[in-house]
Amino acid sequence: MSMIELQSVSKRYHLHHGRLLLAKQVATRLRREAAEFWALRNVNLRVEAGETVGLIGANGAGKSTLLNIVAGVTSATEGSVQVAGRVAALLELGSGFHPDLTGRENIHLNAALLGYSRRQTRQSIDSIIDFAGVAEFIDEPLRTYSSGMTARLGFAVAIHLQSEILILDEVLAVGDQAFQNQCIDKIHAFRRQGKTLLFASHAPGFVEDICQRVLWLESGRLRRDGPAREVLAAYSQSLAGVSVASV
Amino acid sequence: MRAATHDHLYVFSNLIAKDFKVRYRNMSLGIFWSLLNPLIMMIVLTYVFTKVFPPTIENFPLFVLIGLIPFNFFALAWATGTISILNNAALVKKVRFHREVIPISVVLGNVIHFAIQVLLLMVLVAVFGAGINRHWFWLPVVLGLEVIFVCGLALAFAAFDVYFRDTRYVVESANLLLFWMVPIFYSFEQIPEAYRLFYELNPVAAVVLACQKIFLQGASPPHSLLIKLALVSAGSLAAGLVIFGRLKKGIADYL
Repeated sequence: MSMIELQSVSKRYHLHHGRLLLAKQVATRLRREAAEFWALRNVNLRVEAGETVGLIGANGAGKSTLLNIVAGVTSATEGSVQVAGRVAALLELGSGFHPDLTGRENIHLNAALLGYSRRQTRQSIDSIIDFAGVAEFIDEPLRTYSSGMTARLGFAVAIHLQSEILILDEVLAVGDQAFQNQCIDKIHAFRRQGKTLLFASHAPGFVEDICQRVLWLESGRLRRDGPAREVLAAYSQSLAGVSVASV
Repeated sequence: MRAATHDHLYVFSNLIAKDFKVRYRNMSLGIFWSLLNPLIMMIVLTYVFTKVFPPTIENFPLFVLIGLIPFNFFALAWATGTISILNNAALVKKVRFHREVIPISVVLGNVIHFAIQVLLLMVLVAVFGAGINRHWFWLPVVLGLEVIFVCGLALAFAAFDVYFRDTRYVVESANLLLFWMVPIFYSFEQIPEAYRLFYELNPVAAVVLACQKIFLQGASPPHSLLIKLALVSAGSLAAGLVIFGRLKKGIADYL
């Protein structure tokens, strides 16, 4: 059964050049002159249960938009999106965290928003704190945490959710080496349970370690979709080509 | 397409607790601020309308407080509800959950302060006013309907505010106007006949009038008023949910 299925998905954003005044909005709507930007164009994708899929591509290629659509925080302008099963998405580190709340309070807040029940949170809170390695500071306000500690906490909450699909957007880069290894172990464990992972990164090494399959996005289009090694090689070749051409 | 698996009670309690803690954690007087504000307003209005202008209403401080507390709740809940989605932009853009919970949790957070103020009011009425009477049972009904009414407004205006950032200022101005158009420091009887219809159509005025009836006259609010208030509140909530539901699809893209 496919866990994620996108059929000719496109996503359009309106560029409003900072103009959000009512009069201007009405005017541009009436004249249909709003500038558009297509973040995704006609993307077809099918991800089966248990696959680990990496997303690569330059800034602005549409990786985050694609993940946002699969995670359900934004909707596709065209095409159909089907996601089977429960999704845990970590689209940005510390989203949903409040600096004035303590680490523990933030775990509860974040867990509730991600879809944990009160009972589930109580059951996993100790292992979340343990995984994040912030036990000493757990009752201190989050603003006293380093960005690495915040990252650990955010990742720990998302990975402990009993979800079938895990979505990660550029979130592993902040932690130290030990934490990155810890995350990779956890992701492998996640995969062994037959769960699905969708993962965007600028670090080819990470992608190769974690993913069997890689999608290469370029200017909102799916340029290549295939085995990790192959797509990564083609991608780095094209990057080398660009830098040679520009010299 | 995706099952909604959220434990809504847990989500609400966390969001409300967040607002509450963030607001008061660094304040030494904490929750007392929510009692101080209406009392200060009461003192100022009492001074103006019994010392500067000739007094027309007996037990004026209590009369004013009975109007101020439901009005303050309405104005604050509407204004903070309106900006709630924008204030939680980071959350809305990056975490998937029913976005309706944000404006509603902000209104419910204001209910905590409201409840504390109403308790204070009950004590004051019991000691200095008409005392306790059985019509107090109507209070939860009337105030509950007010909460439902504001929830509807907060939902609709929170969604508007994302698309038109001017919305918050419209709400501020409306609240300013409303303060004078609700019988807080004058009584319904003083209003010329020709303008009374306007007050009868205004749900906030209806709530204040009902509270005055219950607290000062020890009588139940007129049934026609209760029915109108119930209809308007239900209509407001339904309209708020529909408007929010239609606008929420694009909210994350406009934040």
